Formats: sequence, C-alpha cells, structure tokens
Amino acid sequence: MTEPRMEPAKHPLNRPLRFWLITLLVFAVLGAAIFAPILGKRMKRAARLQQQSEEQARRELTQPIPVNPSDPRVKAKLFWLSDADNSVLAPVVVELPLSNDPVLRSKQVLNTLLAGPVDAELRTLPPDAVLLAFYLLPDGTGVADFSAALATSIPSGIASEQLAVDSMARTLEANVPQVKRLKILIHGQEVETLAGHVDLTGTFVVNADTGQTPANSAAAGAASKTSAFIAPPSPLTPDHRVVKLAQR
Amino acid sequence: MLLPVGNLSSLRLPFISGIASLFLTGAVTALALKSPSQTQQPAVASRAPFASSIPVGQGGTSVTLGSPPAAEAAQGGVNMVVLDPAHGGTDLGARGTGGIQESEITMEFAAEVRRALEQQGFQVVLTRQGNDNPSFDDRSAIANAQRGAVFITLHIASTGLPGTVRVYVNSDLPPVTSPNGFIPWDRAQAPYLGLSRKLGDLVQGMLMQRFKGSPDTAQTGTIRQLRTTAAPAIAVEVSSVVVNDRSDLDHMAPGVADAIARGVVAFKPFYVIPGTGGASP
Ligand SMILES: [Zn+2]
Repeated sequence: MTEPRMEPAKHPLNRPLRFWLITLLVFAVLGAAIFAPILGKRMKRAARLQQQSEEQARRELTQPIPVNPSDPRVKAKLFWLSDADNSVLAPVVVELPLSNDPVLRSKQVLNTLLAGPVDAELRTLPPDAVLLAFYLLPDGTGVADFSAALATSIPSGIASEQLAVDSMARTLEANVPQVKRLKILIHGQEVETLAGHVDLTGTFVVNADTGQTPANSAAAGAASKTSAFIAPPSPLTPDHRVVKLAQR
Repeated sequence: MLLPVGNLSSLRLPFISGIASLFLTGAVTALALKSPSQTQQPAVASRAPFASSIPVGQGGTSVTLGSPPAAEAAQGGVNMVVLDPAHGGTDLGARGTGGIQESEITMEFAAEVRRALEQQGFQVVLTRQGNDNPSFDDRSAIANAQRGAVFITLHIASTGLPGTVRVYVNSDLPPVTSPNGFIPWDRAQAPYLGLSRKLGDLVQGMLMQRFKGSPDTAQTGTIRQLRTTAAPAIAVEVSSVVVNDRSDLDHMAPGVADAIARGVVAFKPFYVIPGTGGASP
C-alpha cells in the first residue's frame, strides 16, 4: 500500500528540489567568482610570506648572524622606506642584542637590514643578497662585501640604488659610531656602479669625524639626507681626507 | 681617366707623401681630441659661489676649435646641451612590465627633448645615436670638450610613483684643488656642483608644475655619470618602467621635454663663462 502512494509523490517533490539545487549552484558560482580573486591574493601573500621565511631561514643557515645572548639588548635604529612610493627612508626602532665590538655590531645591523622590515614592500636591499664579510680599517672605513645578488637583484635606477646605499650608511651611522665611512664591494671586488647608476668606486660618509660634535643629533634629519661621497684617491691631488684602501 | 705610365710613376712620390701626411694629421687630431679626457685639468683656485666666479673648464678645451670667443661666452649662456640617453647596447637599464626597457625609452625621450631644446635655439648633441653603449667617460667627454655646455642624462626608474619625475645632482665631492691647480679627471664635476644644483632646481621646478607628486627641488645622489662631467650636469629620472601601458610613458615625453627646455632657458643667465684669463693657472 505504501509503495504505490510513494511513486506518484516522487515527481512533485522533485521539481522544487531541482529548483533549489540550481539556485544553490548559481549562488555558488557567483560566490566563487567574487571570492576567488580575494582568495588568490591571500594565497599569494601567504606564499610570499613563506618564501620570505624560507629566505630568512636560508640566510640564517648560510650566514649566521653572530648573536651572543649576553650582548646587551639595544634599541637599534634601522632605515627602510617610509612607504613604497615616497622614496624616502625612515628609521624603525628594533630591539636587538648588539655586540660592543664594532665589526660584529656592523654585521648584526647590516644583516638585520638585509632581512628586511615586516612589510617587504619597504625593504631597500634585495632579499637574496648576502653580506659575505665586513672589515673595519684603522682609519674608520668599514668595508662591506656583498654577494653578487646585491647588484643583480636590486631594481636598477638612481632612486632605488641610492636608497639602498643610504639605508646602509644611515643604519651604520645610527648604531656603530666607530664606522666613519663605508666602502661597498661585490664579491670581493670593487665595481664601478651598483646596478648602472650609483657610484661604488669611492666611500660613503657614515659618521663625520670632525671631532667637534658626535653625529648622533641627526636622527630625524638623517632620513632625507644623501650620503656624502668621497671620490677615489687621485695620484695628482694629495688629499689627506681621502681614504686610501689597502689595495685596490 | 687613364694616365700614361711615366706620368703615374712621377705622381707616386707626392701621392705617398700625401697619404702619409693625411695619416699624421689624423693621428695628431685624434690625440688632441682625446687629451682633455685623459689629462688633468686646471681649475680655479677657490670655490666661490656660482655666478660670481665660475669654475673654468679645462685647459684641454683650448683644443676644441669650436669654442666660442670669450667675449661672446661672457654674455652668458649655454652654447650647447649634451643629452645622454642612458644605457644602450647590452645594458638595458631598468626593465619593466611588458618588455619595457629603459635603454629604449631614454632614446625616445632624448629625441623629444632635443626637439624642444632646438626650438629654443640650443645646439644639441646626443651621446649615442643608436643602440650602442659608450662608457661613462666617453659620454662625459663630449660635454667636457665643449665650453658652455650643460649635460643632461635621461633615465627611466624602476621604482617611484608612476607619472612623477626626479632631478638629481651629484652630492658633495671633497675639495678638489691642489697646489698646482689641477682638477683630477675623476672628480671633474666638483667645481660645477653649485651650477648643477641651480640647473637641477630650475628643471625640477618646471617638472613639478606638470607632473604632480614630483619633488620641488633637485635631489642629490652619487651618480657615476655625473662625477666625471666637467659642466653643469643633472640626471632626470622618470618613474617608471612599471606602468600598465607603455603609452603612459610615451605621453610623458613631451611634458618632460618642454620642462627641461624651459629649465635650461631659465638657467642661461646664471651660467656666465669667464674669459680666457682665468683658464691658465
Ligand atoms: Zn638608468
């Protein structure tokens, strides 16, 4: 008895079901169309973050930042971009254990600068660049030797290259008073330009060593200023203020 | 057309000596033209503010026969604009979306700037004609061999707010004079920094009026190309190769060209070239 009753009931029940199913499907397609790009963006961001952390991990493996737990934790000032379009540097205060040894301290702050700020858009140096070595000459010239990626991965241009150099000079100025000048090498070699524009044949002024005033006063002013430049020494002009590197 | 044999042999000696003398003059001219780029150049002894005492170019400029007489130059002015479409050859410069290459676009901009400058009556020389890549020194040398030249290097950035333009001058170089009054070639820009800044500010001011978001004064940078240039010298960098469409950049070219031409016109009265008196130490 129940069976024949069920049979005819099946069709009228099926019709609204199909209607709802189709409506649901339409909504699902619409929803997917709306949310897919958002989802895509999220996934890209997640991938980028993961890539960043992988890079960071790799850097930590290849280039151990010498951290000594007994080093005093210091409020270090690092110079990254203030915003992606503005092309101006702004100091960011980061609490770091920093060595009192100027060479170790320089390595620590430069490696932190390379690691980049939280927002990757505001970084000044390419993420794959590695600081290979840092020396401090007796006259106060810091020599920073970077992997080739510093030159090959940086966006070519006057603005981008100048900001890269300035961010290093300002960060050293703010944290390592012993470094008076900065010389940048690429894989142990002196190069003519960073990526076609900014001159790397000379040294960049980090801390003016006039002896009158310590150069710490310029925290805010430092953000917009460009590193002064010392051209390579010339044989015909004995200029005592020009740094002579050991071997060129 | 055919000459008798005897005639020919009698012509041989003068012919050979003629060829030889041609070679000799060619070699001498080449040496003479090259010398300003490789010798040390005399400078004025003091770094006085610009316009009251202008750094004298180079001893080497005396080689350049095209230099105007001192009297004419002293009335002021810019005799020539050396335009440098940066990069070229294997050096593509900044590379952006959709195959945009800085080396290519700087050529287009240079053509437009040249037109605008020539309309204002300036003589314009380009540092490269095609897709080659002269060295920094070779590009500088074109301006250094002229008296009364200004030098403008054109770039397209890979960063910055699209649609803005920045002008750069070299940041301070250390004092350059030595007891014998020579400027080293590798710091040729040093005595011109004051003039370069004036030119840079004038051009940047014109650009700011057209391209909103651009700075109102010139920036400083340690630009390799400018360091060896013994003339008022600026770099103009347009943002950027990262545009949606190449036409976005193309549309900027006439405005950039016009602003540069107006800036150079405004600079003209500030560029007073002293007479020959100051040239020799
Ligand atoms: Zn360029």
